Amino acid sequence: MILFIIVGMCIVTMIPRLLPAFIVDKLQFKDWVNRWLNAIPFAALGALIFPGILSVRPDQPHIGLIGGLVAIGLAYIGLNVILVVAGAIATVFLFTL
Amino acid sequence: MNENILDKQEQSNSSRMIKKGIAAGFPIMVGYLPIALTYGVLAKQSGMTLTELTLMSVMVFAGASQFMGANMIALGAGAAEIIIATFVLNFRHFVMSLSFMNRLRGMELKWKAPLSLGLTDETFAVSALHTEEANKDKGALFYTALILTAYLSWVIGSFLGGVLGDIIPEKLSQSMGIALYAMFIGLLVPSVKKEFKLGLIALVAMLINALCIQLGMSTGWAIVAGTIIGGMSGIYLLKEEVK
Repeated sequence: MILFIIVGMCIVTMIPRLLPAFIVDKLQFKDWVNRWLNAIPFAALGALIFPGILSVRPDQPHIGLIGGLVAIGLAYIGLNVILVVAGAIATVFLFTL
Repeated sequence: MNENILDKQEQSNSSRMIKKGIAAGFPIMVGYLPIALTYGVLAKQSGMTLTELTLMSVMVFAGASQFMGANMIALGAGAAEIIIATFVLNFRHFVMSLSFMNRLRGMELKWKAPLSLGLTDETFAVSALHTEEANKDKGALFYTALILTAYLSWVIGSFLGGVLGDIIPEKLSQSMGIALYAMFIGLLVPSVKKEFKLGLIALVAMLINALCIQLGMSTGWAIVAGTIIGGMSGIYLLKEEVK
C-alpha cells in the first residue's frame, strides 16, 4: 500500500517537471512570454519566502520574521549564501533559548 | 598529438563545470541535510520502513510533499487523497520547469529531460540565477552536478534520519527550519541590489501568495498563483531589458 502511494506520488511529481522539457522545443514564444518566464525565478523566490517564513515557529511568527531580516542584512552586505543561512539559523536559535 | 591537446582541454573544461556545479549546489546541501534528517525521523515515526522512506526520497524528491505524505500515511489517509494532494502541492514545479527549460533551449533533450526531473524549489532557484552557464560549452554538466549534489544530500539525509532517529536536539532542528528561507533570501537579495525591479516582482508574488492564503487557498495553489501572477508583473517591469 505504501509502495503504491510512493509510486503515485512519484508519477504526479514527475509529469509536471518533465512536460516542459518536451514542449519548449515545439513552441516559439513571443517576447512578452519570454519576459514573463524570465521573471518567474524572482516571483517564485518571493512566493516561497513569504508568508511561509512566518511559520518557522508557528506559535511565534515574529521569530521567522526577525531571522528573515537578519538574512536580508547579511545578504545585503554581500556575504556568501552559506553565511547568510548560518546567521539566520543562529538568530532563530538564540531566540528559542 | 593535436587531438590529444584538444581532448585534454575538453576534459579540464568538463571538470571545471562539474566543480562549479558542486560549489553552487553546496548551499542547497547545507539547507537540505537537517530537513532530510527530520523527514527521515518523522517518516519512521509515522510507520514507514527504512526502505520505504528512502525510496520516497529517491523517487519523489520533493521535500514539502514528502512531509505531507508521511504525515497523511500516519493519519491513515487513502492513497488517492495523498496522491492528489501531492499533485496540487508540486504543480508549481511545472511553472518553474517551463521557465528553466526555456533558458535551456539550446540543450539536447537527453540532458534537458533528466535535469527537469531534478527540479525542486531550491535547485530551480539556484539554477535559474546561473543563466550564463546555459549557453556555455559543457553547461549541462554544471546543472547536472548542481542537481546531483542536492539530490544525493536529500536521499542520504533521509536515510540517515531513518537510521539514527532523533539525533539533533529539538531546539537546534527547529532553528534549522529557517535554513531554506534564508537561502532563498540570500539568492534574491544580490539580484535585487543589481536590479531593483526584480525585488518588485518578488514583492508582488509575496502579496498575491499571502492574499490567496487569506482567501483560504491551499499552500500549493497559493504559491502557483503567486508565481504566475507575480511573474506577470515582469512582462511590464522587464520591458526595457535587452535580452
